[in-house]
Amino acid sequence: MIIYSISFYLFSLVAILSALMVISSKNPVHSVLFLILSFVNASGIFVLLGAEFLAMILIIVYVGAVAVLFLFVVMMLDINFVKLREGLLQYLPFGVLLGIVLIAELGILYLTKSFSEMSLVNYLDFPKITSTENTKLLGSILYTKYFFLFQLSGLILLVAMIGSITLTLRQRSKAKKQVISNQNFLDAKQAIIKKKTQLGKGI
Amino acid sequence: MMNIGLDHFLFLGAILFTIGVLGIFLNKKNVIIILMSIELILLSVNINFISFSAYLGDLSGQIFAMFTLTVAAAEAAIGLAILVVFFRNLGSIEVQKINKLKG
Repeated sequence: MIIYSISFYLFSLVAILSALMVISSKNPVHSVLFLILSFVNASGIFVLLGAEFLAMILIIVYVGAVAVLFLFVVMMLDINFVKLREGLLQYLPFGVLLGIVLIAELGILYLTKSFSEMSLVNYLDFPKITSTENTKLLGSILYTKYFFLFQLSGLILLVAMIGSITLTLRQRSKAKKQVISNQNFLDAKQAIIKKKTQLGKGI
Repeated sequence: MMNIGLDHFLFLGAILFTIGVLGIFLNKKNVIIILMSIELILLSVNINFISFSAYLGDLSGQIFAMFTLTVAAAEAAIGLAILVVFFRNLGSIEVQKINKLKG
């Protein structure tokens, strides 16, 4: 129990601190790296909640794909980040005020006792640890009850892939490349020219 | 304090959500940081989903968190593609200039 509490506080503290560093660091590359740290710690939180499969998926999808994509874009584009940080302090008081209001409202909502009494469920003190593994249970629901939604999410990924390819694809007119149909349509009359050369002279 | 309950996880989600919203407000010019803040917000939503799913003993929340993950990945891919096209056309990624994307 005490290990559970200690690891919860450790994971959540590191996740929150690295999330703060994401929004406040000067270099966007550092921001992306802190985002990775935040996601890794969130996946630790998921493990504590008993959702091992989603924790691993979070690491694979976010750290393996999305964060690397962010890193690619940050490093590929030659952006003047100093200029982009102008006017940061201008919005700081308003932003902090809004953040305080938001966190206070959510805290009041969660701390209200009637919130848990009004809802019909009884919350357990501790997450249930099932004997069957999480992945098996998720699969048994995902492929039966939520099968169409699963297919639909695959379709969303396909649309995203096609969309991002068509957005970033560009035709370069100056680049030289092999056009096979032109090569096939070539016949001997156009390709080979007979010329008589006189002695001692070139063509 | 030592007994970790549902509200601890909900508070973690709330704090991460607030940090994400704050990031959108503070970095109003930098689209990349705004996209990262959106990822943070989606992460906090996922934490809420999974904590409720663990405490209610219902796996639907985890399924929904998985769908959220899918949509977040698609959103990041499309957003970054738009960002690359925008940078190619204008040479900068300031949000204020983004209204030039109108046809």
